[in-house]
Amino acid sequence: MTLIKRAVACLTLLLLVSGGAVFAQQPAAPEQQGEFLPIDQLPPQDQLPAAPLLITAYAVVFVGFFGYVLSVARRLGTVQREIERLEADIKRTRKA
Amino acid sequence: MPKWFTPAAILCGLMFAVSPLLIANAPYESTMGLVQKIFYFHLPSAMTFLISGVICGIASLRFLFGGDPRHDRTAWAAAELTVLFGLLTLITGPLWARKAWGVWWQWDVRLTSSLMGWMVSVAYLLVRKYGGPGSDKLAAGLALFGMANVPFVYISVNYWRTIHPATSVVPTLPASMGLPLWWCLAAFLLFFTLMLRLRARLEEQRARLDDLYLSLDE
Amino acid sequence: MFFRTVWLVLRKDLTVEVRSREIAYTTLFFAVSCVLVFAFALVKEGRPIEDGAAGILWIAIAFAGTLALGRTFERERQAETLRALLLAPADRPAIYVGKLLGIVGLLLAAALGLVPLVALLFQAPLLDHPFWLASIVTTGTLGFSAVGTLFAAMLVRARTRDVLLPVLLYPITVPVIIAGVRATAALLEPELDLAIVRFWCALLICFDVVFVTLALWTFEPLMTD
Repeated sequence: MTLIKRAVACLTLLLLVSGGAVFAQQPAAPEQQGEFLPIDQLPPQDQLPAAPLLITAYAVVFVGFFGYVLSVARRLGTVQREIERLEADIKRTRKA
Repeated sequence: MPKWFTPAAILCGLMFAVSPLLIANAPYESTMGLVQKIFYFHLPSAMTFLISGVICGIASLRFLFGGDPRHDRTAWAAAELTVLFGLLTLITGPLWARKAWGVWWQWDVRLTSSLMGWMVSVAYLLVRKYGGPGSDKLAAGLALFGMANVPFVYISVNYWRTIHPATSVVPTLPASMGLPLWWCLAAFLLFFTLMLRLRARLEEQRARLDDLYLSLDE
Repeated sequence: MFFRTVWLVLRKDLTVEVRSREIAYTTLFFAVSCVLVFAFALVKEGRPIEDGAAGILWIAIAFAGTLALGRTFERERQAETLRALLLAPADRPAIYVGKLLGIVGLLLAAALGLVPLVALLFQAPLLDHPFWLASIVTTGTLGFSAVGTLFAAMLVRARTRDVLLPVLLYPITVPVIIAGVRATAALLEPELDLAIVRFWCALLICFDVVFVTLALWTFEPLMTD
């Protein structure tokens, strides 16, 4: 069980870290990428800004993953606790 | 849990941690610009969504004709992941479309059939939750019909003239764009495998709990 | 033997239906009320919205179909006859085909009443191409009922069958409804483009083949306890 917990913890932690990396990375991206793109091909001012859409998309994916891992871990924890409780009960009744 | 789980989980986390760097370093697509980068997560979620649907269908098939509850548990886990990845696909898609097409949603064959496939997987979960006794077989039947939809989603862009980019775009990508894409796809599939195992594990434990309660009653 | 079983199941259903006429009347009445609701909602100042007729016809067929499916199997459940039918030494697929034909027949009878009504209320030239309309309606109804019969039969034992049947049925049969609507809408064009109609008809037949094959294949394991 501790193995699962540790694994889940690792996974969620890393997801969080990488989620943070997305936020840290995205706003910086345009300057960083400037040399790859001729300036006249940049989206004109009247167009929709792309960054909020992009950030939302990546945030949704990471939040979705994180939420799902958390939900499965929580459900697994509940079931696991109940199994342990029951097994203890069974042992006690057998002894008595 | 199997031995490979923890190392694989760490690897998966590392892959996701590196993915933003790779994506940020990929060149801009000339017509769409920044928003095209949604694609690096949209395509992997869509692929995982379809693969998950197929795995759910195959597991259901094996459960129906073999009767092994292990396959049933895999099917359930895959259905939940189909809902998750389908949702991510259906959210990241419109976010891209808002910029690229100017609309959030278009009633195009690929979008409609994806939405339909996602609804089938939601219906699967509803059946599992509210179907009562015998719902395992009912859900398995549903999963089979859901699986029949998958090839339809995949080929739809190539057969109908739709607004959605065709599947033939992917092999033509330059290596600088291909690397982050395949990297993300691998990360998504790894995450899918891990969660499939973990979610199936939850069902195994639930079955064990039921057995324990039964033995307590005796 | 197979066809004999099919015929026996079909005849049984038809006999029960002809005696009570319950499902035929309620289904038709329900379908007509659906169409009337749409007529009130979508006809503005005497002018129906464009291309509305095709969609309304199919929505009415789908809604009425769900009602008929639920009712048919509810009748079997109350009398415990479905269990008897499944216990009988007959091919499961044959029982399925018998039930399927009964429901398709019922829905086609309802469609026979619906089509003129929709044509009248929405001023749509639905009856200009009777052959094509008949093939579209038949193939569409078959595809819808193929899935519907399977799930309605499986849901007989479920407590929440009334809610679950539409929940399961609509997402799966959406392609059939879409193809049916598009084909019918193509028929209503002032200049008939047969290529489009033929394309959607071919798609409907594809769906029929896939759905009927899947249902025949899985009916046996699905209906075994």
